[in-house]
Amino acid sequence: MKHMPRKATRHISQNEGLIFEKSSPGKAAWKLPPLDVPDVDTNKLLGPSERKDLGNMPEVSEIEIIRHFTRLSTWNYAIDLGMYPLGSCTMKYNPRVNEVVSRLEGLANGHPYQAERISQGALRIIKTLSECLLEITGMDDITLQPAAGAHGEFTGLLMVRAYHESKGAARKKVLIPDSAHGTNPATAAMVGYSVENLKSNSNGMVDVASLVAQMNEDVAALMLTNPNTLGVFEQEIHKIADLMHAKGGLLYMDGANMNALVGKVRPGDFGVDVMHLNLHKTFSTPHGGGGPGSGPVAIKKSLEPFLPKPVVVTKPDGTLGFEYDRPQSVGRVRSFYGNFGMFIRALAYILANGPDGLRQTTEDAVLNANYIRKGLEGVFDLPYSTPSMHEVVFSDKIQAKKGVRTMDLAKRLIDYGFHPYTTAFPLIVPGALMIEPTESESKEEMDLFIEAMKAIAEEVEEDPQIALQAPHNTRVSRLDETTAARKPVLRWKP
Amino acid sequence: MRYLPKSPADRQAMLKAIGSRSIDDLFSPVPAEYRLTRDLKVPRQMAEFEIVEWFRERSRENGDGYQSFLGAGAYSHYRPVIIDSLISRGEFLTAYTPYQAEVSQGTLQAIFEFQTMICELTGMEVANASMYDGSTAATEAVMMAVRLTGRRNVLAARSVHPEYREVLETYALHQSLPLTTVGFNADGRVNLKELENAITSETACILIQSPNFFGTIEDVAAIAEVAHKHGAMLAVSISEAISLGIVEPPRQADIVAMEAQSFGVPLGFGGPYCGVIATREKYVRQMPGRLAGQTTDKNGKRGFVLTLATREQHIRREKATSNICTNQALVALMANIFMTIYGKVGLRELAKQNLAKAAYASGQFEKHSKLLFCGAPRFNEFVIQTSEDPYAINGRILGNRMIGGLPLKKFYPELGNASLWCCTELTTRTAIDTAVGFVAESERSQRAMKESDSSSDMQEVTR
Amino acid sequence: MAYPSDYKYTKEHEWIKADGGNATIGITDYAQQSLGDIVFVDLPKVGAEITVGKTLGSVESVKAVSDLYAPASGTVTEVNGALANAPEQINKDAHGSWMLKIKLKDPGELNALLSAADYEKFVAEESGH
Repeated sequence: MKHMPRKATRHISQNEGLIFEKSSPGKAAWKLPPLDVPDVDTNKLLGPSERKDLGNMPEVSEIEIIRHFTRLSTWNYAIDLGMYPLGSCTMKYNPRVNEVVSRLEGLANGHPYQAERISQGALRIIKTLSECLLEITGMDDITLQPAAGAHGEFTGLLMVRAYHESKGAARKKVLIPDSAHGTNPATAAMVGYSVENLKSNSNGMVDVASLVAQMNEDVAALMLTNPNTLGVFEQEIHKIADLMHAKGGLLYMDGANMNALVGKVRPGDFGVDVMHLNLHKTFSTPHGGGGPGSGPVAIKKSLEPFLPKPVVVTKPDGTLGFEYDRPQSVGRVRSFYGNFGMFIRALAYILANGPDGLRQTTEDAVLNANYIRKGLEGVFDLPYSTPSMHEVVFSDKIQAKKGVRTMDLAKRLIDYGFHPYTTAFPLIVPGALMIEPTESESKEEMDLFIEAMKAIAEEVEEDPQIALQAPHNTRVSRLDETTAARKPVLRWKP
Repeated sequence: MRYLPKSPADRQAMLKAIGSRSIDDLFSPVPAEYRLTRDLKVPRQMAEFEIVEWFRERSRENGDGYQSFLGAGAYSHYRPVIIDSLISRGEFLTAYTPYQAEVSQGTLQAIFEFQTMICELTGMEVANASMYDGSTAATEAVMMAVRLTGRRNVLAARSVHPEYREVLETYALHQSLPLTTVGFNADGRVNLKELENAITSETACILIQSPNFFGTIEDVAAIAEVAHKHGAMLAVSISEAISLGIVEPPRQADIVAMEAQSFGVPLGFGGPYCGVIATREKYVRQMPGRLAGQTTDKNGKRGFVLTLATREQHIRREKATSNICTNQALVALMANIFMTIYGKVGLRELAKQNLAKAAYASGQFEKHSKLLFCGAPRFNEFVIQTSEDPYAINGRILGNRMIGGLPLKKFYPELGNASLWCCTELTTRTAIDTAVGFVAESERSQRAMKESDSSSDMQEVTR
Repeated sequence: MAYPSDYKYTKEHEWIKADGGNATIGITDYAQQSLGDIVFVDLPKVGAEITVGKTLGSVESVKAVSDLYAPASGTVTEVNGALANAPEQINKDAHGSWMLKIKLKDPGELNALLSAADYEKFVAEESGH
């Protein structure tokens, strides 16, 4: 290998088995106090419902647990270690003050059913966050109930459906661009809509002529991401919104790419009727290895009666409370009020930024993506010449001539100390490399990234095998996903 | 802004490299009519200690340090400190979804261990790596049964958490799935006769909860028999996970939909929580959510990968088993560590303490008020019926910095002045005795008022 | 690649071999190559009715799912159970691995399908050679 990685790498030689392989009877990591009430005869109380045996549950000590999980953690890449160039994921810094405030006892130990009198703190957090998100999106009302983006899409489409039903006909179809994230069509199907694909034009934007042809009174909504999954702003958004509204349809916006808009543009201003946000993307709540997220849905006034219940209201005496009497509500999409812990974190992020910080954040996000685009132009194929906002999409066309594809390039990037970018998405770009640095990356980190990508491209020209066999510096390499799918082993057995 | 790692010089250098004069050039693709020319009207930028103080105020407004008797799907258990020590590590907290296996082995192995332990506890063969919460897990379990049986009717027990049923209704509405509710007996359990009458050859599944919303343990075997006799599936929801330490799991179920919040996830005013689906191996391809599978790498080393991805949205799109993408990975890790800490012996001891506390409390309450749903075993929750409206009693209890049981009228109006009480290992005897005292006092005054009413009536008559 | 001349082919890359009133169905070598390692095959049950041109099941690789389209209408008489445990058979020998057997509703439907030579031409155009 000609080029040496210059970034810190992970602890890769440590071997760590499964926790069950360390277990043995008599080890314990717990201690309970003696009962202050009379002990019970379990057999008498439970009869045949009594469980006698907990099978192969582990028995280990506290230090073994600490070491086990600490060692496991050293095998993970994380934002705290370096950049994730993943497109549309917005892997930005997860501020630690967010973690501290979410653990304040009155908030962390609050029961969702406790009296409103002692829930004013939580209610105020919900209200304040809602107001901030409405100001940021330019919408009229909002629900914080959905647990994630996909859940928000579901909730949003439920409201779309309820809206149309209230006007006499639910309508049958939802239009979705071929560049859309997979959750979009999956969600439309769950709400009983059939999906019709909408072509993109040669600039990677919605083909307005196709929209004109396909939009009619059978279409309930168009689900759009803006900027789209190519990182391109839909410049004809005005026309698109008008076309939808002229035939009584609604414009749904997937807010996954809000990181290009906060403080600079507001979806409510350009004709969006309903949209979801991803607090775990734009608003810095931690990804935690795959969740929890939070997917608030913001709407225009016309959809207000259909909001999930309960909604937060200000009572005549000035205190806050929950309102359940909402006859046209779509109902509940989950128990309780939403991922409240994420509300705290998102609000802390907004308070830490203020209007200046939010705007500067968005500007840096767009600046960073364009800097990387400039740095890699000519090295990788750029399928669309349209300007990029906060993310850029290249393709593996040049390297494919040597038999090296986007996944191979991504695996080689790991050897250079980075997490791969998004491979093979959006589907309209064959062999895509989707890169979103976010505002959290310094010029130094991005220069390292550009250098690494250039070095990999050079390697491909000299010796494609390096990329094809990558990664070389990790503890495990090229795990057999085929066998894992053919003969799934989904649990440990003694 | 302190989260942004760029100096003005950096920005200048970058703009120069791009060939733009200013940042505004980069926003020119946005039509001018939409570009904001004013500041957002959000609170001004705060210093870190201002942020902490703002939330501390909110915490104080939120009943900090109250002793609670609330359960009803969200449980107050002790969270061992090493849970936060471990999940706060940046490599867990700030890691992405483990799609790139080589750099995510920590997350993937932890998920694999989680899946294993859930199987052990629930008696099922395969478990997924978490859903949003118990309510959506129960709903997805029903959807799974619909797909597997090809049938469209659903029966749900009324003793399933009311909010879980509301969520199921919302999802079922748009999939044209007729939903029928089956009632409960005086002992709190599902009415088997009503169930037999309601089930047809079009029933895809029966959904029950055990321990149910009232804390009562269902006769899972009997219900399973009814379901299977008619070719329907049985989905069992579990909202108090600690019960699995001492209550036999629903081994006859086809699908178990759990809420794992009791396993070390903070109450947090309702979320984030941790739903899980566990089922039999033969149904795995219809299971929603992520699955971590064991495999080997090119050198024969053991490793883990996300597998059976073709069920999921990013490949199947509109044919996916669900639209779930982001799940609850970090909370699942909390549950994982909790289960590891207590383990085989500790979980049983912990559950036993819960059982003992609730048994003591229900016995004491019974001396003064009516204890409902006797005649069937229960875990750590019970229902009492008072003469006075429980809201009024709870109002007084609140003055003692205690939160009384959940009044049930809004969910089960026919139960009148009933309230649902929960005791866990954290509930002290003193707190129980105090709460019982309030109820006793309430009953006494109610009786006294009645007597003085009737004695003044008597005086009227004898005059 | 030699495509068996006694098979007929669809543009969706299924093959069908008629034998009097019955037929055997599978997918072509081109299809298995495009899919990569096959991990699972989803087929209808014996007795199910399939309709020409409509989906009858699917084939999964690790990262992709491909629908299977019926080359002709009929009733399913047999399903290849061995594929449940060894779907990789299709990768090894696509033309020799049958997926299902049907009783044809209308043997005339096969006349509309491609011959081996036509299919070979079609594949060459598709892959841009």
